[in-house]
Amino acid sequence: MALQSLDIKARSATTTPSPNVRAAGAIPVAKLIDISKCIGCKACQVACMEWNDLRDDVGTNVGVYDNPRDLSDQSWTVMRFSEVEVEQGRLEWLIRKDGCMHCADPGCLKACPSPGAIVQYSNGIVDFHEEYCIGCCYCIPGCPFNIPRISKKDDKAYKCTLCSDRVGVRLEPACVKICPTGAIVFGSKVDMIHHAEGRITDLKERGYSNAGLYDPQGVGGTHVMYVLQHGDKPELYANLPKDPSISPLVGLWKGVTKPLMSLGIGLAVFAGFFHFVTAGPKEVEEEEKTD
Amino acid sequence: MTNHWVDIKNTDLVLIMGGNAAEAHPCGFKWVTEAKAHRKARLIVVDPRFTRSAAVSDYYAPIRAGSDIAFLGGVINYLLGNDKIHHEYVKTYTDFSFLVKDEFAFDDGIYSGYNPEKRSYDKSSWGYQIGADGYVITDPTLQNPRCVYQMMKAHYARYTPDLVSSICGTPKEAFLKVCEMIAGTAASDKAMTIMYALGWTQHSQGSQMIRTGAMVQLLLGNIGVAGGGMNALRGHSNIQGLTDLGLLSDLLPGYMTLPGEKEQDYSAYIEKRASKPLRPGQMSYWQNYGKFHVSTMKAWYGDAATAENNWCFDWLPKLDKPYDLLQVFEDMNNGAVNGYLCQGFNPLASAPCKVKVSGSLAKLKYLVIIDPLATETSEFWQNHGEYNDVDPAKIQTEVFRLPSTCFAEEDGSLVSSSRVLQWHWKAAEPPGDARGDQEILAGIFLKLRSLYGKEGGAFPDPILNLTWKHRQPDAPSPEELAKEYSGQALKDVTDPKDPAKVLVKRGEQLNGFAELRDDGSTACGCWLFSGAWTEKGNLMVRRDNSDPYGLGQTLNWAFAWPANRRILYNRASCDPGGKPYDPTRKLIAWDADTGKWGGSDVPDFKADSPPEDGMNPFIMNPEGVARFFAVDKMAEGPFPEHYEPLESPLANNPMHPKNDQARANPAARVFKEDWNTFGKPDQFPYVGTTYRLTEHFHFWTKHARLNAILQPEQFVEIGEDLAKEKGIRNGDHVRVRSKRGFIIAVAVVTKRVRTLDVDGRKVHTVGMPIHWGFMGVAKNGYITNTLTPFVGDANTQTPEFKAFLVNIEKV
Repeated sequence: MALQSLDIKARSATTTPSPNVRAAGAIPVAKLIDISKCIGCKACQVACMEWNDLRDDVGTNVGVYDNPRDLSDQSWTVMRFSEVEVEQGRLEWLIRKDGCMHCADPGCLKACPSPGAIVQYSNGIVDFHEEYCIGCCYCIPGCPFNIPRISKKDDKAYKCTLCSDRVGVRLEPACVKICPTGAIVFGSKVDMIHHAEGRITDLKERGYSNAGLYDPQGVGGTHVMYVLQHGDKPELYANLPKDPSISPLVGLWKGVTKPLMSLGIGLAVFAGFFHFVTAGPKEVEEEEKTD
Repeated sequence: MTNHWVDIKNTDLVLIMGGNAAEAHPCGFKWVTEAKAHRKARLIVVDPRFTRSAAVSDYYAPIRAGSDIAFLGGVINYLLGNDKIHHEYVKTYTDFSFLVKDEFAFDDGIYSGYNPEKRSYDKSSWGYQIGADGYVITDPTLQNPRCVYQMMKAHYARYTPDLVSSICGTPKEAFLKVCEMIAGTAASDKAMTIMYALGWTQHSQGSQMIRTGAMVQLLLGNIGVAGGGMNALRGHSNIQGLTDLGLLSDLLPGYMTLPGEKEQDYSAYIEKRASKPLRPGQMSYWQNYGKFHVSTMKAWYGDAATAENNWCFDWLPKLDKPYDLLQVFEDMNNGAVNGYLCQGFNPLASAPCKVKVSGSLAKLKYLVIIDPLATETSEFWQNHGEYNDVDPAKIQTEVFRLPSTCFAEEDGSLVSSSRVLQWHWKAAEPPGDARGDQEILAGIFLKLRSLYGKEGGAFPDPILNLTWKHRQPDAPSPEELAKEYSGQALKDVTDPKDPAKVLVKRGEQLNGFAELRDDGSTACGCWLFSGAWTEKGNLMVRRDNSDPYGLGQTLNWAFAWPANRRILYNRASCDPGGKPYDPTRKLIAWDADTGKWGGSDVPDFKADSPPEDGMNPFIMNPEGVARFFAVDKMAEGPFPEHYEPLESPLANNPMHPKNDQARANPAARVFKEDWNTFGKPDQFPYVGTTYRLTEHFHFWTKHARLNAILQPEQFVEIGEDLAKEKGIRNGDHVRVRSKRGFIIAVAVVTKRVRTLDVDGRKVHTVGMPIHWGFMGVAKNGYITNTLTPFVGDANTQTPEFKAFLVNIEKV
């Protein structure tokens, strides 16, 4: 549920305009995850579980450090560990905190057919309002980052909220607060881009000539960004997509298919009505009654 | 730590070796990221595994577990050979110019005085040449072949880059790259910090590994300076406090030592420890030993301790041998121990060679467990299937579990790695019947005292006379205990220069250990902590983080021992004339106007001793300088030498291929029966090493759901080559076996564990996190210490958990 301090900018399956009388307007925010500073301690996972009252299953080890193994309705963020050799003989252990990227152009919201189940606040946070979720799963193909997960318990979709409840009262997200090395920082998007520039300069000076900021424009930029040592190869980081964009199927649904289908539904209703007034109510045959 | 956590931000280069700070100390590690961000510091990690610390390093070099002295000996050789040392520092502030006794010798890995039967040394030849004036003879020209500089140079000249690479498995170019980066900090305006932990301590020659690291730092002039130092990262939140308070079996509080059985004479005991200066004009602070000792005895025995009875010296136990963990379990295994009080300790999981520990516990009549959790030790007698396959019917030990509080359920002080005593407050009430440790111990003590009072017994005096002035005798408060260790005047304490001037009135808290007296007028439970609770109140509760010098010293944050000093030996940050070597990182300096030392830190020095008096910075040593030559302080020799771990993949020590006595540490204590429990490389060809993960804390957090979610199941890590050789795929279950037993776990096949080229052959490593057991909410697992050998460091007896031999197979 939105707070007074969180104006909604966009709402799924809604054609009425968003409220826009408040003068100040929210400053777009961003979480910046500096992978070069991340030690993979998973404190962010703990903070997320504690703040959001989540407890995933005690799983198993399948030969990697990643645990829980994947995002779930109980795990809204996980660390993904990748062993790579970009230069021959120079091993790197890239550890990426995975979770919702909070796209400026959110595919999940576009795909969602249930009014108000997915909202975007004016500060950029994309939030799921599960009470309106109908469990249709459309948000899943809508997401270019494979983030939303459907709960087996209530058939509703869950993901990172960027701690909208904390941000709405001027606190930083829980993962940011707990991060011991300052690898996760939070602020206005402008400030975070500026901070990232300093980090990238430092990384270049240390020999990472392709260090860069991950703020993919294919989804209009994101409100969760990464500093990457290898900005030219985001796929090294557990298959972070290089040029993510919203699936064309979502565009098709919203662009052509949806009006056509609406028309189809309208025609069907009209045809039914016309049939009723011309042919009258359906008579039930005697044989059918005895079946 | 000689320095402190926050000070790491002042460094130019961080060497993490013998530790894994990012993984095991993630919060403290933030200061490394600060140094990288604000000083462009570089981070080097030298480790058998590519760790989470290595993941954020600027340079990583692999090393075979247990070969650190060879590596660091090679660094010493590089620094001396390439003249990358801080000349003025080593010449003035170390024993470079001191002459060593002519009888001292080193022959093919063995120092003079070795007794192979006893596996120990007669150390009488391990000393400096002493002149007729009682002072060490020196050669300031450094030309004398018996001077420490020349002897050290010759000793380490053998550690060539090729030999280092062959022993350590570190590629030569990687070794030289690390040397080059380290050598850059020999400049006065550059500093390196070394961060180490159990990766150095848990070896049969662990203390010498640390010493070799300290020698590197001394050569570079990196001890006593901001951003420098030898920084031991302590694992438990209060393990620093444990050693400070003398909980090791041969210590008294404040690193005073218990007398040995031959030391029955009180004045000889004190005299031996109250060292006289070995060079003119030096402070030799341990000269005050008698004051510290008497004040401790007054704290313990009050009016019963008098000058006439030598302050109850006869009541102190006199050691026939050290009673460390391994010795106690050896004795228990031999049936010489009836009962065992096990407080905040889980030896079945934490001690080496589970089969021996379990068998030893089964020989006890009774075992008392004081712990917040049901530990593996408390359930050692229960059958837990494959994880603890014992027959309870055959175990007669009676086990008492006394549930205690955990740190968040009590008030008190914790001593951090930074030597900072910081007060904390209870955050929650303990569950059920749990009681504070001091309540539990008070209950046991009061019962024992009453029994001794009624029944007498063989030696009731030390029990019946123990000071016990607590307002609630069965629940001593943390405040009372803190005041006791900080110290109090029993009579008016006067100024020695002016007896009419009263410094502290009778009954008042002392301001610090400078006020301690050996005439019975002061009581102090731990001289090092003196000043933590003065008449101004509890200084440990202070939370003022103002930092006027910008170096992170924060002198008004809690209280650091000794005397609230934040960086030890800080006089060494100045040149002999008293000017800081690096004015941008000024700790202290001599102020001629006021005639005092001062600055951002409390001087670790005589505050009014002018530079021209020539007092040197290492005031705890009778020499006044730091020692490269350890004289008789170490068990295995004055210069660290590389020895193989007790269990090594190599048949001999490449430093001494023909001398079997010098294969492994010649002074490491091995119990007779245990020789048969060591494996050989033909059956156990791989190097095993154990360690911790960020997700867990020892054997505690497997009881916590959140931690269990993050790292649920036991695993071992192996390299891709070994996996291929053994047909093991990622995620397979494997059995890892040592001569002492086996564990079964999931295999994590990783590039992060490399095959090393050692002594002309390939050496594989099997890495094993320790955190699992058969209690708690994580998946049950085997106790990793089933595998580890029952041998410890020759000086501290810390078990050799970091290097031993195993074999591995797919299950």
